[in-house]
Amino acid sequence: MTHERKPLGGKLLTKPFWVLLSLAMIAGLLLIKRFLFGIGAVTNLSDGYPWGIWIVYDVLVGTALGCGGYSIALLVYIFNKGEYHPLVRTALMTSVFGYTLAGVSIFIDIGRYWQMYNVFLPWHINVNSIMFEVAACIGAYVFVLWLEFSPTFMEKLNADKAKNKMNKVLFIFIALGVVLPTMHQSSLGSLMIIAGEKLSPIWQTSWLPLLFLLTAITMGYAIVIFESLFTAVALKRPLEETPILGKLSRIMIPLLVLFMLLRFGDLAWRGQLGNIFTNGLLGGFFVIENILFLIPIVMLASAKNRMKASTLFWSSGAMLLGGALYRFDTFLVAFNPGPGYHYFPSASEILITVGIVSVEIMAYLIFVKKLPVLPVVKTS
Amino acid sequence: MNLERRDFLKVLSAGALTAGNVTSVFADIRKTLSPNAVGILYDGTICIGCKACEAACKQYNDMPPESGSLEKAYGVNDIWDDTSDISEKTLNKIKLFEHGDASVRNREENGFAFVKRACMHCVDPDCVSACPVTALTKNETTGIVEYNKDACIGCRYCMVACPYNVPKFEYAKAIPEIVKCEMCGHRQVVGDIPACCEFCPTGASVFGKVTDLLKEAHKRIDLAVGSSYDYPMRNLDSGDTSPKTVASYINYIYGEREGGGTQYLLLSAIPFTKLGLPEVSETSSASKSEGLQHGIYKGMVAPIALLGGLLYGAYQTTKNENSEG
Amino acid sequence: MGKLMETNEALELSYSEELAAQGVSRRSFLKFCTAITAAMGLPASMVARVAETITSPKRTPVIWLHFQECTGCTESLLRTTHPTVEELVLDIISLDYSETLCAAAGHQVEKSLNDSAKANEGKYILVVEGSIPVKADGVYCKIAGRTALDILNDYGSRAAAIVAIGSCASWGGVQSSSPNPTGATGVHKIIKDKPVINLPGCPASPYNLLSTVLYYLTLGKLPQLDSKGRPKFAYGRLIHEHCERRPHFDAGRFALEFGDEGHREGYCLYKLGCKGPETYNNCSSILFGDVGSGAWPVGTGHPCVGCSEEGVGFTKFIHEQADVYTDTPPASHSGINSEKAGGITVGGAAAAGAVGGIIVGASVMAAKKMKTEASATESDA
Repeated sequence: MTHERKPLGGKLLTKPFWVLLSLAMIAGLLLIKRFLFGIGAVTNLSDGYPWGIWIVYDVLVGTALGCGGYSIALLVYIFNKGEYHPLVRTALMTSVFGYTLAGVSIFIDIGRYWQMYNVFLPWHINVNSIMFEVAACIGAYVFVLWLEFSPTFMEKLNADKAKNKMNKVLFIFIALGVVLPTMHQSSLGSLMIIAGEKLSPIWQTSWLPLLFLLTAITMGYAIVIFESLFTAVALKRPLEETPILGKLSRIMIPLLVLFMLLRFGDLAWRGQLGNIFTNGLLGGFFVIENILFLIPIVMLASAKNRMKASTLFWSSGAMLLGGALYRFDTFLVAFNPGPGYHYFPSASEILITVGIVSVEIMAYLIFVKKLPVLPVVKTS
Repeated sequence: MNLERRDFLKVLSAGALTAGNVTSVFADIRKTLSPNAVGILYDGTICIGCKACEAACKQYNDMPPESGSLEKAYGVNDIWDDTSDISEKTLNKIKLFEHGDASVRNREENGFAFVKRACMHCVDPDCVSACPVTALTKNETTGIVEYNKDACIGCRYCMVACPYNVPKFEYAKAIPEIVKCEMCGHRQVVGDIPACCEFCPTGASVFGKVTDLLKEAHKRIDLAVGSSYDYPMRNLDSGDTSPKTVASYINYIYGEREGGGTQYLLLSAIPFTKLGLPEVSETSSASKSEGLQHGIYKGMVAPIALLGGLLYGAYQTTKNENSEG
Repeated sequence: MGKLMETNEALELSYSEELAAQGVSRRSFLKFCTAITAAMGLPASMVARVAETITSPKRTPVIWLHFQECTGCTESLLRTTHPTVEELVLDIISLDYSETLCAAAGHQVEKSLNDSAKANEGKYILVVEGSIPVKADGVYCKIAGRTALDILNDYGSRAAAIVAIGSCASWGGVQSSSPNPTGATGVHKIIKDKPVINLPGCPASPYNLLSTVLYYLTLGKLPQLDSKGRPKFAYGRLIHEHCERRPHFDAGRFALEFGDEGHREGYCLYKLGCKGPETYNNCSSILFGDVGSGAWPVGTGHPCVGCSEEGVGFTKFIHEQADVYTDTPPASHSGINSEKAGGITVGGAAAAGAVGGIIVGASVMAAKKMKTEASATESDA
């Protein structure tokens, strides 16, 4: 059941790495501006749109993309599907980055960051607040993720004793690592229930938590597939994981079908189906979302297709895009605070997000090259 | 195989517990008005748009001047009312509705009307429910929605939650705060009334107990159009009145039912939607959101059960793995 | 052109001698002409014609009747501080009858009234000061044994035009206040077949009378009137619109009671009951008494009582707040749904486009590689 892993090695400061580093430095300079002159100095946020891409991309989409660890852990440890074990460590690593940087993004985005610890002070917390649950859960989960990932460092440091001890109690963190994302990925959807009439009725529903949870889990599988294939190509490794990824991709279909049934059923129940056609632009976004969700359902239906790397790549890509768009729509596109308000991210805002993503990719490169993350390639 | 199946069932049962609570998901939690809650009744029909309330609000809340469209157009800055809406520097705002030649006041066609926007001080405020760190609170006696900057983390969820877009954020500051009308709580403590009511020259903004204000509002709606009525000035029971001709009121009190009711009530002679006031359902979004949250997390039974099941499952699998490895 | 100038000069010369005798310099005369032309709302090019009219030896006959009134309007006209203005006016018209000004009395003056009316049948201007009681056949006011109603009907029907000076003649004035025991009524309610120019005010601004008369004499026609028969040049705007305290109103700064700090600072008097927002008159622009700035009720710190406005003056309480009919200029009020910043910018669009392009590009390249690699493994097998 265990697999041999070792650091990839190789040169770290490649050309792409320099590009990423300069992007990160641009973002760093812009962040100095943000902390000196306020959020308004770098963003297009307004009183009507208090949340922009930092929250919607970096936090919502970012953590959904970081659901790989959660989704795979669910499969491997809870449903005891040992065959997916080789995917655990890479998935976990993406989760660690995704969530850590989401935490960093929150720190950048919130106005009174130096008081952030108030979320954990019992005399300050508000148990009625969805935001409290989200913040506390994400905070705790980032901690859990690093603990779950810690055996990797221990291997690197040859700390076998510590690793064995850790492995004994790891099951606690694995269980927590499933409960916490279940809680906050659903609550990320619940966040918008309080927006009431400001969110279009096509998206506004009491089922938001379940819809968000389903897409988050599905996106977790999709990111594992997408990332494995992409990095294999980018790092010039053989596509030897395709069969197991193909098998994994099958799980996405029932999840997506359930999501679609729930979504359309809810729309029909609330009598909002007609709204999709009368609601011009928003209707269009809704249709695009659903097409993106349909692509993996259709493309991955046959076993033969599931064995093709490019099919897996495109269908998981569509799933990620669909899940991301669903989050963007719920929090920005279909969110209308009233006439006169507009939001489109400013260049600085985008550059900061780009910088954060660059840091994520750089960290990935450092980790796979220096730590035993990727499985050893069997030379043929 | 057996083990796997048993674990699977365990996880399922934990999940079912979670799902089981969903039945109570749609039970709304409704909050009610405190008997001593205070509020403001704004009667748009007698407002003359003089902005005395805005000026007084600025003065008594030490709010900074604005720099907005006039600065952009003419290069003049620091004008006290150079803003198109309430903002992080302006807690209340008189807005003008105009149609056609705007010749007659309180008329929809070819007329004009004023409306004052400020915090509605909801009975069941969404912002208070949304705030993760209890920085926004509803005063138990007065019902004023108050802000505590020492608790606030600046997440701006209150702004997302508020159906009236009232909480404002100081985007231009490195050390920002949320800014909103707190009904001149600092003046009320020493026995004064909100500055906007104190300095309103016509009695368009009157202060009083919400229950009394509602009675007064209903009374005004029932008055004969064109008759003369002694409109109370400043405070509902100040005894000081000003006689005015009764306009043709819309038979609706904005704030009586919106989101479970508000403590800032509005009267008008033209439809409220024309004045830019949103249509808000009678139950607050907070009650829906809290109902859902408390349904799922009732006594934390479901998450703990789920965790229990998962702990068992994870223990079994990792135990195998450890022994194998 | 030259000829006209010559005549003008000749006329002025002869008249200037007269003026000089009265102690009026030519310069101050032309100044007066310019001011009065502006007050009528006429262009500066009309100054010469106004001067010409004033200096014309032809006098228009005027009959001035007093009914229920206080003679305040006459007094205010006579007591304008420029000593010769009223004389100028009295010189361009032939005031054939005025109870206040006629030296004669009794039958003698009645005869002069009758003679003038007969001689200038249909040509004279009738100025009416004071309201006309109509209750009990008008017995409440009698002159020379005739009721005011009778006199007005008699001379009104024979006049070219009627000027109702003051609020009393315009709409009843103070006597018409509830319960109006005498049935005090304005002129235009009684004389319907003749043009009636209302110059309300308590008293009416003397300049509004001068302007109206000069307008008629200069252009040979009546000035444009509003729906209440008032010359638009004088009553076209609300006092509120040109009030020197208006900026305080727009800024919401009000005197809350007489003598308070706001009152001393010159804040808006609206809250003390100023009727400026519902009273049409030009007091705020031309002021009173020719003594310069501040010489009008609001300027001295008293709220306008709306004396010239029917339904406001002597009807509403002085402390009662006015209805505000007009909004402030739209520029100083924000609309209901104002546009806010935060829209798409070129930089934002470019950055978003670049990110999208990179994602799509990288994906397509990766997929291509996958295909080639897959086909390679297939061919290997």
